[in-house]
Amino acid sequence: MNKYEFLGELSRALSGLPQDDLEERLTFYREMIEDRMEEGLSEEEAVMAVGTVEEIAAQAVADIPLGKIAKERVNPNRRLSAWEIVLLALGSPLWLSLGIAAMAVIVTLYVSLWSVIVSLWAVFGSLVACALGSVAAGIAFACGGHGPSGAATIAAGMVCAGLSVFLFYGCKAATKAALRLAKRLALGVKRGLMKKEDAV
Amino acid sequence: MDIQLKRGLLDVCVLAAIKSEDSYGYKIIKDMKPYIELSESTLYTILKRLEAAAMLTVRTAEHGGRLRKYYHITGEGRKRIEEFKNEWNEMLSIYRFVTKEDEGHE
Repeated sequence: MNKYEFLGELSRALSGLPQDDLEERLTFYREMIEDRMEEGLSEEEAVMAVGTVEEIAAQAVADIPLGKIAKERVNPNRRLSAWEIVLLALGSPLWLSLGIAAMAVIVTLYVSLWSVIVSLWAVFGSLVACALGSVAAGIAFACGGHGPSGAATIAAGMVCAGLSVFLFYGCKAATKAALRLAKRLALGVKRGLMKKEDAV
Repeated sequence: MDIQLKRGLLDVCVLAAIKSEDSYGYKIIKDMKPYIELSESTLYTILKRLEAAAMLTVRTAEHGGRLRKYYHITGEGRKRIEEFKNEWNEMLSIYRFVTKEDEGHE
């Protein structure tokens, strides 16, 4: 194989690369061949010494990030064919609504997660309020001469206070779990987006 | 050899090949040959990586009626060689530690 055949074959093997990258590589290998010929090797020998086209192409593919290759493939300055435009237009209501639905699901999950937490804390708050109110009312009853009902009301207040202590720990644990879940949800969405970018 | 380690070594070797005077692709391969075999495609990758890291600059000059690319080491490149020497001292002391264990058993 002579120099021009080799460079032609290399150019075909690397045709997926961006134009400037391809030209730079061809220049590099041409120089390598010419330097060897200058040293006394025949053209054939010089071409052989540079390595095979397959080897060089494999290394080039390993060098270039996937995104760049994909971009070159997706966007080699060509127009969309008619059927591609038709497909995109026909598909658009589908993927648009699917995207909105996915977003809605995520938002719903998020909102319902936090509403559970908010309502738990609300129950806790009302228990505390009940406890305080009952004790105050019980004291008022007792002072007003209604001894037994005052005692009963204070006892009810105490029960509420006891329950609220239990619920406090429950609420704390639930909030922590919700935070973890929310983090995971966010991570999942991020990953989904990254994958989409990689695929392009 | 560990691929990451080899890659780092080759980078420094190429820098060493151009540290005393500017050199070109084929000469770099020839100069390195007694020490380490390097294919053209690997050299291309290394040169691109070093250029991107500003450890060398490239200029094109005429030679015998055609163009040839010459590679010139930068301050950053020289710094890398110095770093490598220090790293290698650390490696040597680790090597001594690792082999000491062997001698103990024999």
